[in-house]
Amino acid sequence: MEPIKKFTSKTVVIPIENVDTDQIIPARFLKVTSKVGIGEKLFCDWRYDASGTPKPDFVLNKPEAKGAQILVAGDNFGCGSSREHAPWALVDFGFRAVVSTTIADIFRNNSLKNGLLPVMVSPAFHARLMAAPGAAVTVDLESQTITAPDGTSETFPVDSFARYCLLNGIDELGFLMKQEEAIAAFEVRR
Amino acid sequence: MTPRTLFEKVWDEHIVRPASADTPAILYIDLHLIHEVTSPQAFRDLRERGLKVRRPQRTVATMDHSTPTTPRGADGKIPVTDELAAKQIRFLEESCAEFGIELFALGSERQGIVHVIGPELGLTQPGMTIVCGDSHTSTHGAFGALAFGIGTSEVAHVLSTQCLLQQKPKTLAIEVDGTLRPGVTAKDIILAVIARIGIGGGTGQVIEYRGSAIRALSMEERMTVCNMSIEGGARAGLIAPDDTTFQYLADRPRAPKGADWDKAVAKWRTLPTDEGATFDRTERFDAASLEPMITYGTNPGMGIPISARIPEPNGTSGQKALQYMGLKAGEPILGRPIDVVFIGSCTNSRMSDLREAAKLLKGRKVASTVRVMVVPGSQQIKKQAEAEGLDRVFREAGAEWREAGCSMCIAMNGDQLQPGQYAVSTSNRNFEGRQGAGGRTFLASPLTAAASAVQGKVADARELL
Repeated sequence: MEPIKKFTSKTVVIPIENVDTDQIIPARFLKVTSKVGIGEKLFCDWRYDASGTPKPDFVLNKPEAKGAQILVAGDNFGCGSSREHAPWALVDFGFRAVVSTTIADIFRNNSLKNGLLPVMVSPAFHARLMAAPGAAVTVDLESQTITAPDGTSETFPVDSFARYCLLNGIDELGFLMKQEEAIAAFEVRR
Repeated sequence: MTPRTLFEKVWDEHIVRPASADTPAILYIDLHLIHEVTSPQAFRDLRERGLKVRRPQRTVATMDHSTPTTPRGADGKIPVTDELAAKQIRFLEESCAEFGIELFALGSERQGIVHVIGPELGLTQPGMTIVCGDSHTSTHGAFGALAFGIGTSEVAHVLSTQCLLQQKPKTLAIEVDGTLRPGVTAKDIILAVIARIGIGGGTGQVIEYRGSAIRALSMEERMTVCNMSIEGGARAGLIAPDDTTFQYLADRPRAPKGADWDKAVAKWRTLPTDEGATFDRTERFDAASLEPMITYGTNPGMGIPISARIPEPNGTSGQKALQYMGLKAGEPILGRPIDVVFIGSCTNSRMSDLREAAKLLKGRKVASTVRVMVVPGSQQIKKQAEAEGLDRVFREAGAEWREAGCSMCIAMNGDQLQPGQYAVSTSNRNFEGRQGAGGRTFLASPLTAAASAVQGKVADARELL
């Protein structure tokens, strides 16, 4: 996993609330046994028509989306199923942060394990980002701040352990494996 | 001792190491259910790191999401014609064999939807922590278990350590009191709850469903309610175990036996929320005022009483939803012509669901313009339904009677809507394309689905009862 510290990128804005994981990656693309190449199917039914031709008016198909690492979307992003394929697809496409007012629990957990930073901001700050697609936004995980092009910034919450893992590019499983003694003791005392 | 809620009791009992300033709590997992779609990358991870499964006897596998529900061939086997699905199925078989995990494979007597077979086998028990790489794991909360969906990384965590790192959620009490009117079901309760709290209303919270209307529900009905907790944003939804729970579990193959059973029941009786325990938030509902519910939009929170008119859309997302659904604000939803009826899914594919639908379909025909699929939740349910003659009722009415699986709820296995088609579905999600690209879903109860099948349009079952 790539460590996340501080980066600046233009944004892509999807001004829709309750974007569910079935939109992020439709279930028919979950018949895989690896994570490779899954970004091709990101937002498949919004991105392509029935014949597989890109829809020119969908934001990810526009030239200005190329290279964007920050996705700004409407309230309650990532609701629905537990499929980790959703953050895999976003990361594979090139995103490193998702910004919304609220982000669904399972999606948020899954994102933190894949180097995709869920950034929850106030409705006012969110409204400014939504109104300025393509704006250069800076995300700083160390100080837990997000800064808009006009210099205004806001802090965002991140669980301290997930933050430590993301900053250092390490994963939680390594930590859990080191808890063997505590786990074994728990199994005995029950 | 400070009074505690059911959730807090189960949580406290499973803490391996409490949360510190720098690390979340480590929670022990009693039962891990896996299926073919969200486990392969976790097994890959274990192999790459050279890890073992810590407690193979605490993980149970089945196949349900991408498996076909088409009739068995002359050899008695269910044919898998989709190469990718076949590969996933083989991958799970090989992984279970390699790591020593019990598997209820496609074609076996105990195969079925993961959230149907857990309770059916008696694996699901009060006070347990239960996880699965599937958001509808909340179903098992009906037994007073703390059960929630996890991602594939966490599937690997549980396989290799039997533990998860967890932030403690807040608690939300949903109190439903009073008596449901005839024709109003558990599905209508949960659709009404989600319509009120909203699709993100339970985010960061664990629900406890309480009140006289909840206590009056059967275990199967309680599972329907808890199943859709995630559609309100809550990862888990619990109901206090009681005599209804114990009667359901007694004599199930994996339930404790003899003296162990008595000991277990004594312990389970201590689980319900203590008098004086507090919840972070409470929402109250009057069961007697509920009507059959149906969704009109593209998330499960967009539900209305079946006799209501489609409300004015809320913002651009609301407009987008109505446009996708081909509906206009102010129109009634009753009488909308439909193309497909799907009766099945981890929400509504159990015996009581099939009996309700069959009661309504008996002696009637489904409309000639409608395709009706009835998909039992497990092989055991299929067998029981056939023993009761329900398969004949469905077939004689003109419905399809299928093998067990998730089927058109998630539309991974070829059971799907065609673009533009309308379906009344007893499943749990009406997201754009959920039941097939371009398909349009009205979520409702098995009774509403059966009545709509007969009339060929969205119908109020109370007129046919």
